[in-house]
Amino acid sequence: MNHSIKVSTGRKVFLCFDYIFLLFIAFICLLPFINLLAISFSSKLPVAAGEVTFWPKGFTTSAYEFIMHNNAFVKALWVSIQRTLLGVTVNLVLIVLTAYPLSKSTADFRLRNVYSWFFVITILFSGGLIPGYMVVRYTHLMDTIWALILPGALPVFSMLVVMNYMRGLPRELEEAAYIDGANHLHTLVNVILPVCLPTLATVTLFSFVGHWNSWFDGMIYMNKVENYPLQSYLQTVVINPDAFFRNTTNASADIMRFVSLVNSRTSNAAQLFLATIPILCVYPFLQKYFTTGLVMGSVKG
Amino acid sequence: MHIHKTKGVEHVLKTRWNKDKLIRELPLHIMLIPAIILVLIYSYGSMVGTVIAFQKFVPSKGLFGSPFVGFDNFTNLFSMPNIWPVIRNTVVIAFAKMTAGVVVPVVFALLLNEISTMWAKRGIQTIVYLPNFISWIILAGIFKDILSPNTGIINAILQQIGITPIFFLGDQKWFPFTMVFTDVWKTFGFGSVIYLSALTGIDPSLYESAQIDGAGRWKQMLHITLPGITSIIVLMTVLSMANILNGGFDQIYNMYSASVYATGDILDTFVFRLGIQNSQYAISTAAGLFKSAVSLVFIAVSYKLADKFAGYRIF
Repeated sequence: MNHSIKVSTGRKVFLCFDYIFLLFIAFICLLPFINLLAISFSSKLPVAAGEVTFWPKGFTTSAYEFIMHNNAFVKALWVSIQRTLLGVTVNLVLIVLTAYPLSKSTADFRLRNVYSWFFVITILFSGGLIPGYMVVRYTHLMDTIWALILPGALPVFSMLVVMNYMRGLPRELEEAAYIDGANHLHTLVNVILPVCLPTLATVTLFSFVGHWNSWFDGMIYMNKVENYPLQSYLQTVVINPDAFFRNTTNASADIMRFVSLVNSRTSNAAQLFLATIPILCVYPFLQKYFTTGLVMGSVKG
Repeated sequence: MHIHKTKGVEHVLKTRWNKDKLIRELPLHIMLIPAIILVLIYSYGSMVGTVIAFQKFVPSKGLFGSPFVGFDNFTNLFSMPNIWPVIRNTVVIAFAKMTAGVVVPVVFALLLNEISTMWAKRGIQTIVYLPNFISWIILAGIFKDILSPNTGIINAILQQIGITPIFFLGDQKWFPFTMVFTDVWKTFGFGSVIYLSALTGIDPSLYESAQIDGAGRWKQMLHITLPGITSIIVLMTVLSMANILNGGFDQIYNMYSASVYATGDILDTFVFRLGIQNSQYAISTAAGLFKSAVSLVFIAVSYKLADKFAGYRIF
């Protein structure tokens, strides 16, 4: 919109304030993370005195070394990595296998609407906490990684986004493949999926974030704390921050040497920051697909 | 109604191609099988499980052995002294989040849209979208730290400008406000994505002709920009109605404490404490079912309205 040649003073003032305001907003969004990072790299005393703001005081990496010696953290990290890789794979396979048939018109797939309602009803109504727990118990998933994967194996909302995206594709694509004698599976893999990249990237991000971030299922479906995924483990640390340091009485000398530099605040900060890193790594690569993938899928073309 | 014209042809085609069509459709049915089995077990299975809301549920007797008691669990639930404050808290917090959750992203999108420097725009977007992808566990940990009255950075800043420290998470008056604010902080950026894309879809020639007519920026905003995104604003408002009983379990459960139950305890946290911590399975399920039933009505109405006003269909 840079068509006007002369920009009025009022406009200049407005733009100036607009930039300042937006930068301030962006800063507000980053502030908590910067503070967290600064605390995680500071030593215990300045942190306890509340002196650390945006820059570490008494720089040390001992909080991170301390965590790496903490078996519970490392174990929970491993559970989270497993569940995320497995969970995203299961989610994506089911999303694609379900979205493709449902993207057909009723003329091409007569039961389409029946099946669609079958899935949509699960968005409209859910059984709730205790019944969900009982089903997981009855199917013998307690304390297995599948308890974190199978109940949400098909994210219906993401499936609908992909399905609507597929419906927006030109029909000629499929018709050409059909005339060439391609079967459905062939059409799906070689013709449809390659052009669905933006929407698949978007739902992959959602599925990844969903699995990485979920904590509640881990907490109720895992009886043994050593089976907790990272976020469930962090929940126990966040709610009960000092549990950690009460246990150091019988800890090895290896851990004890950190205790002079680390307290629960710095070690919590380091753990929270480490748990954020995977999100920070995945997010920028997939961000560019948001608009095309999400908006085109949710508001039908 | 073009169906009328082609009915005869379609009929002939139908009988002639029926067998071919079945064979052609068969792979589509097969593709759906895995998802159907899993959804049937875990989603529909737990729907069946809600019958315990009407039972005097004894875990050892199981779902099929426990005696039915009609609506007793619901009567007991609604005679609990704290159920009404809990419902009130839920609606107050949810409604405030819904309202702010539409207004803030719209205003942000409008302000960001005025910026024409692409790298600045993209940079700001990248930063403000980020909190949406961080879990409430991590954010609760961060907020508990920075909002602490003694050591937190926010109160340190407040003290610098002469305000006495506020116990954001422990003070009944401040707790709901803090929940709404932190929720908006987390979600407004990503919430603006849909408005930003609607804004880029507005025909630039409208602005050109408005300029020729001598309309200033403010008038252009009122008469072109806002009408251009009204339908999407209406749509998002209507769809958000479905959240009327969603106070935000992940957020509140990880930040509240017994001292703020009076204003901060919501239906989901109440159901959780009742069910998991106090093992009142039947009453807890009844409360959950109440929530689901009310939400169902709101979702159905909101989808209906969305279809009517914005032509939105879920599938």
